[in-house]
Amino acid sequence: MSVLDNTTTILASGVRLTVPLAFAACGEYLAQRAGAMNISVEAMMLGAAFTSIATASATGSATTGLAVGVVTGLVIGFVHGNLSHRAQINTFVVGLVLNALVLGLTSYLITTQQFASHQVGVLSIPLLKDIPLIGQALFSGRWPAYLLILLVPLTWWLVDRSRWGLELRAVGENPQAADVTGIKVGVRRRQALLWCGALAGLGGAYLAVGEVGSFNQNMTAGRGYIVIAAVIFGAWRLGRTLLGCLVFGLSDAMRLALPALGVTLNAQLLVAAPYLLALLAMLLFATQHREPAALGRPFQRGST
Amino acid sequence: MRAAPTMAPDDLGRRVLAHLRPGRDGWLTTSLTIVLVAVALGVSALLLTLTGASPSASLSAIWTGSLANTTGWTTTLLNAAPLLLVAVGAAICASAGTFNIGQEGQVLIGGLFGAWVGLRLALPGPMLVVVVMAAAAVGGGLWAALSALMYRFRGVNVVVSTLLMTFLAIQLVTFAVSTPWLQESAQGSSGIADAQSNPLPADALLGGLGQYPSMQLNAGLFLALVAAVGVALVLSRSRWGFRVRMVGLNPLTAKHTGVRVAALGGFTLALSGAFAGLAGGLLLASPVSPNRLQAGLSDNVGWDGLLVALVARNRPLIAIPVSFGFAVLRAGGDFLSATGVPYYLVDIVKALLVLAFVAPPLLVGLLRGRRGATPPTPFPLPAVPTKMKAAV
Repeated sequence: MSVLDNTTTILASGVRLTVPLAFAACGEYLAQRAGAMNISVEAMMLGAAFTSIATASATGSATTGLAVGVVTGLVIGFVHGNLSHRAQINTFVVGLVLNALVLGLTSYLITTQQFASHQVGVLSIPLLKDIPLIGQALFSGRWPAYLLILLVPLTWWLVDRSRWGLELRAVGENPQAADVTGIKVGVRRRQALLWCGALAGLGGAYLAVGEVGSFNQNMTAGRGYIVIAAVIFGAWRLGRTLLGCLVFGLSDAMRLALPALGVTLNAQLLVAAPYLLALLAMLLFATQHREPAALGRPFQRGST
Repeated sequence: MRAAPTMAPDDLGRRVLAHLRPGRDGWLTTSLTIVLVAVALGVSALLLTLTGASPSASLSAIWTGSLANTTGWTTTLLNAAPLLLVAVGAAICASAGTFNIGQEGQVLIGGLFGAWVGLRLALPGPMLVVVVMAAAAVGGGLWAALSALMYRFRGVNVVVSTLLMTFLAIQLVTFAVSTPWLQESAQGSSGIADAQSNPLPADALLGGLGQYPSMQLNAGLFLALVAAVGVALVLSRSRWGFRVRMVGLNPLTAKHTGVRVAALGGFTLALSGAFAGLAGGLLLASPVSPNRLQAGLSDNVGWDGLLVALVARNRPLIAIPVSFGFAVLRAGGDFLSATGVPYYLVDIVKALLVLAFVAPPLLVGLLRGRRGATPPTPFPLPAVPTKMKAAV
């Protein structure tokens, strides 16, 4: 194989690995702008991956599976939102418990049940897919991948241009001030978590019924945490967050492809790269106050 | 100088009773907890029934594996010790208002340091095991101290950095055991070396302490118990513990009374990492694991220990029975998986139980109406730099 072919393959596989991250990152980005730091994005992705395969296996329709995956993400977002932004249980505790619960539940169910393999169709765009190097990567994906073209601008518009997004960002920067102006802080954060749940669910379902076609134990394998790392790496800007997803997706693809090409590269370093880069980004950006000021801090009316 | 007030025995009794008597919302919280625990167990039983397993058989398998005989008790107590150490560490830094969720990584780094020292140093007899334990504590402490430094000098959120450092630790240990650095020497003629270290020498292992009829009590258990009682006393009775709690309750007040808030907060974070690292050393040197460094050495002990601290609401003494309960589930789960029901059932039960214990006080606050009354937080909020807080 020529160098060009290899590059094409790695790029295509990198983009395939990026798509689920990008879906979830859009959601997590919006949630974090609202100050809702939810590490349950891993649970959302894993839960959605499982239910999408289970549904697809039961109904025979991968598209239905995808839809049920989105609903699963919404349900987990709803639960997380109500526990931590209504009942005021610390959001990290809720996230940890939900991650453990969903991991246990899906692992248990997959060892006791059998599911048939299902996959959504490939949508190739004629002519464009023949562009050398990037054609295969960008214009020959499973059809849900193209939803990103819609969802990324929508997320950007919601956060940066809509009134709702302005209130959302106010809630993330200064909930006390937002509360005084009549914005319902808890409601906005719960809504942000619902958006995050839907998109993370789509990402997880895409991973299962889109790319792989089946579910295996702990299938997302920490992709939810990589999404969080991507949002941090992107310094809470949507474009850079997605760039982070692409970098992490490509590094994952290289980890998978390089041994076959006979290149010895430290696999552990590539696996650790997202976390390392996110930490470095935090070290660099920390003093520039890019982070939503109230990120991860619960809001209680009357407290500072 | 006034003489220290003497406490009459009945006065002491009244104080103890006041502790035990539930407050205004106490009864509601307690009954809600009991209801939620019942719901959690009911849901687990339902899940078992739906997947074609028998809840009663599973329960008896968990019982057989953990408490039915002395072998079970030995396994359970071996599991309880590292959980308790992790939970005690979590309680220390939570008292100072810092939330550390990177115990899983700190446990692994503790194991890495312990294994390195245990395999490289040739020290006579019992000295080696002491040095291994100390190295493990130093390793975990240093790993957590990195997060503390990142927070101190660059304001990096502690929760996020400890979380990310966990994944780095996993890769670091995987790297260490798959390179000549710590990988085992090749076995037999095939010359295959797995991704694990050589077994630790016998001198580096924790033995049983004392003779008990047909039961083995590992020295690690006593270490963990001493740590729990010691930390409980230091936090509640010493001047240092008072400062730590003051930083947790109100960093600004603490600062104005002359406490070095940032230094103390960072130190408690490192200390909590040291306890997690010590738990890693315990895992390495006690018979609960194969006494080698592997990437799977921590086996969720860090995460579970954190859950223990959450259920115990960061009180080290309460963490003793709670860690025992979690150890019953861990030991019973291993036995359960031998009967054909996946071990993961135990993970589900654990997660549901944690929710059942953490939620009630806040739900009661919600029921009473949030206006005026501040619901108790199960542990302090993630720390905020005092500088920034003063500016807000």
